[in-house]
Formats: sequence, C-alpha cells, structure tokens
Amino acid sequence: MNALLVARNVEKTFGSVVAARNINVVVPALQTIGIIGANGAGKTTFVNMITGHLRPSRGTILFADRDITGRPSREITRLGIARSFQVPQIFSSLTVLENMCAATAIAHASDGLLSQALTPLHSLRTMAESEAALELFRIAAYRYSPAATLPQGVRKLLDIAMAVAAAPRVLLLDEPTSGISVEEKFGLMDVVMAALKDRRVTVLFVEHDMDIVERYADRVLAFYDGAVIADGPPVKTLEDPRIQELISGPKLKARAPDASDA
Amino acid sequence: MMAWRSIVTGTLAFILLAAAAPALPTWLVSLATVAFANALVVLGLVVLWRAGLVPFGQALFYAIGAYAVALIGRYTGMRDALVLTAAGAVLSCLAAFLVGFLLARYREIFFSMLSLAMSMILYGVLVKTETLGSTDGFSVEPATYFGYAPQGKAQLLVLFWLVLAFCAVAALLISLYLRSVAGSLAVPVRDSEIRLEFLGVSVNRLIHLNLVISGALAGVGGALAALSIEHVDPNMAYWTTSGGFVFVTIFAGAGSVAAAFVGSFVFELLKSIAYDILPGTWQIFLGTVLLLTILFLPDGIGSLSGRLRRLAQRKSTSATP
Repeated sequence: MNALLVARNVEKTFGSVVAARNINVVVPALQTIGIIGANGAGKTTFVNMITGHLRPSRGTILFADRDITGRPSREITRLGIARSFQVPQIFSSLTVLENMCAATAIAHASDGLLSQALTPLHSLRTMAESEAALELFRIAAYRYSPAATLPQGVRKLLDIAMAVAAAPRVLLLDEPTSGISVEEKFGLMDVVMAALKDRRVTVLFVEHDMDIVERYADRVLAFYDGAVIADGPPVKTLEDPRIQELISGPKLKARAPDASDA
Repeated sequence: MMAWRSIVTGTLAFILLAAAAPALPTWLVSLATVAFANALVVLGLVVLWRAGLVPFGQALFYAIGAYAVALIGRYTGMRDALVLTAAGAVLSCLAAFLVGFLLARYREIFFSMLSLAMSMILYGVLVKTETLGSTDGFSVEPATYFGYAPQGKAQLLVLFWLVLAFCAVAALLISLYLRSVAGSLAVPVRDSEIRLEFLGVSVNRLIHLNLVISGALAGVGGALAALSIEHVDPNMAYWTTSGGFVFVTIFAGAGSVAAAFVGSFVFELLKSIAYDILPGTWQIFLGTVLLLTILFLPDGIGSLSGRLRRLAQRKSTSATP
C-alpha cells in the first residue's frame, strides 16, 4: 500500500517540556485514523506539526514523498493537507453560503495574491460548488443564516466543509464532536464521514469519545505523554488494558454488571 | 447584474457632475475639487477599514503625494498635472510598499499607532529640513495639461475634471477589487485569520497589498490636493490631517465606494458652512455631527441607501407574498 503521509522520528519540545517524542507513523491513502489520548498527551501537537502550525524540533514529515517539515501552513494547505478546528474557525460576520464561497474561491484562485486580486469572488462555478458542498454536509438549509447565529453542530460541519473546499487528499479533524451533545454526535459523524468518503479523503481525527473512535476509525493511534503507545485496529487497541488504564478508562459495557451488582 | 448597474450609475453621476461644473459657483467647484481629492484618501481608508485596520497616519502617503508634486515642480520645472500626479502615486505607493513590511505585521491599536508614528517621522523631517520648505512649506505652480495652461475659471474647471477622472477610475478599480477574491477577504481577516491561513492565504501579504492600494490612493489624493490648493506644508503630514481622514471615513461609512465620495463632499460642505456661521467654534459643530453619525448611523451616511433599499424590499415582498 502506498504511504501518503509519513512522520519519521518526529519530536517537539517546548523548553524542557516534551510535547511529542519519537513519533513514527505511516498513513496509507484512504485510511481513517482515530487519534486518542488524554489532554496534554500530544494529539493536537501532532496535528499542528503535520499542518505546519508548529515546526517539529526534530524529525521529518513526508507528504506524497515530499518533505513538508516546517513548511508554512498555507503552503501545506495548497499541497493538499487541510484541517478543521476544535473551536470552529468560520467567518462569523458572513452567511453560511458566503463562508463556503470564500473557501471555494480561495481554492480556485491560484496561490499568488495578484491573481487573487484579479479573480472575481462570485463565479457560477464557485456558487455551484459551494451549494454542492453545503448539500453534501447537509447544512444547505442554513445557507442564508449569519454564521454567528449557528448552532454548534452546524458550525462544526461548516468548518469541515470549508476545509474540504480545496479538495485535500488528507484532512485532520481536531475533536470534531467536542461541544456536541451525545445524541447528536453520531448523526454529525455519519454526515462528515459519508461526505469525506464521497470526496475520497484520508482522515485523521482526534477524538475523546471511544464509541465514536470504534465506529468510524479503521485504525487507532494512542498518545500518552507525547509518544504513540499503541497503533492498531480499533477494537483490539481499545481493549488493551494498558490503553484503558491510561486513556479510555474501562468500557461502560464492562462496568455495567458491576453497577447492577452494587 | 448588480455590478453593471452600479458601474453605469457611477459613470453617469461623474459625467453629470463634470457637465454641471461650469454652471456651478466657483467656491463650490473648488470645494468639490478638494473634497473629491480627499475622497480618494478616504477610499483608501475604506479598503483598510474593512479588514479592521484604522490607520492614524494615512497623512504620510497624502503628504508624500503632495510633496512629490511640489518638489518635482520646484526642482525640475515640470508642471504637467498628469505627470506630477502619477509621480505622487508612484512615490506614495513605494513608501506604502516599504513601510508595509513592518505595518502589515500589526493589528488593531498597534497598527494604528505605528502608522501614526511613521507619519510623524515624516512631519518631523519636513519641519526640520530647509530644502523641503521647513514649517512654511512652499507654493505649487498652477498646473498645465499636455502643454495647455488654462487661465481664470477654466483653470479651476480643468483641474476639477481631472480630479473627477481620477475618482471615476479609482472608484471603478476599487469596486472591482472589492469583488475579487483578495478584496473580499478583508472581512474574513477580522473574523478568523487562522482559517484564512489554513485555506492557503497569507494574511500579512493580503494586508500589505491593501496598504499599498490605500497608500497609492492617498498619494493621488495628496497630489491633486496640492495642485488644487497650490501650496504644500508639513501640516499635510500631521496627525490631525490623518485624524480628519478617519473622521470622514466614520462619517461616510466603509460600506460602499460611493459613500467615500458622497461622505467626503458632504463633510467639506458642512465644514465650510460651520466656518461661516461659527467662525471661532466650528469644531463643536463638526464634533456634534460626528456624535450624531455614530449614534444614529453607526455605519455612516453610506448605509442610508442600503437602509432605504431594504425598506423598499420589505414593502415589495410583503405586497407580493
């Protein structure tokens, strides 16, 4: 299988704090990977290093056999790695459709600022693609709503839809279901994962809810104290007692009989 | 389409003004000349304003444009209005490009204050330098136009037409720019720079571009003002001049290109009325106007047309359910 994204001996230190230690991960195309770990375990640091938000202290990151270590995030975006945010980064003074159009138009315009200054924002193609994206992510009903007034779930979906506008090959989702009620989580992830499958995107998502990880991930990366302590299929990894002790806690299903006994 | 309609309306408005000028009293033509020259500076402020940036030192570029006209005229004898204005535009554009490397990295009050500091440096240099006219500045020879040297009222009219022509071109180019991808990203800059960077846009470069555009507009405005007033002095770089442009931008509103021109004209008119009726305390009158604008029209007088249009729309949609 072809490796699309490779992290080789990647480390990140902030002074004496080690946020990522000796991370080695090979991501084949079209896999969906869940990243788990307690707060401060290095999940977001890992995402930030891949997307160019942080420069690794050591090690190499390869994307499609190309060294992207320490490149600026806008360059990495243009190469085909996009991300969404734990706190959705949308343009709150614009409507949903305007948000989507802005993202689509930027994706269409070439990298140069001058060509961006000469390309009109609204073209038929931009509109059509933006509408299609809103349909795909099931938020077309909100198209004329100001982004500032959206419910959290719609904000999350818009954030992801905007990240996908540039047709990335890899998408990193930072806690896509945080701030979403338990009843809504699966519905949201169904929409997101179906859309990403449709666009043939390789996905890495950071997640705290183990049921979500088990349901949607093909593979799990478990972080602890800056290092990857487990890397394997979800069921096996989540049943590992060490992972349960350090990260996920014992499964609710396993605890249920005890609770009834008590 | 909407874009074509506003272009046609704008062109008609400029042609109408140009045609009406010979029939207007002299004072009104010279007032309008200065008002429209300043409107170019305000238009530049609008470009930055949309990205949440308020330059308190835009007089830097205004003065560079004006002094370029005066100095080139003085030391080379060049009097052609078009050449002099073009020189002002190029030099202010260059200045904006250079200070932009520093300014584009700052936001909010830090941007405003740094811009102010830059303009005050130029002010200091102008005041202290004898060859640049020192505190008195110096006068500018009446302009010629491709060798034609109009006299009397014609001189006033031709300059007014030139200013109108510059305004029309600037209005067209800026409306096109605001509809472009780069131009329309100004509002998103205020909302989330992180999202823009992760969509593949360099926010600092975008702001740098906006600075160069606004600097060039301020330079043209300053050059035309110098030709109109026929005098330059260091006050053109002073912070109160910058403050005046910010004042007019608040008054006009950053909502549309047309607002910059209407706002600047109404402002000059109000100022001259205030001079007439309250010679000693005209600032009180203008201060009151600004206060009322902020209270009742927070988006400036440019938002009036939008409000009226929305009112009309509401009426028409309720009429046809």
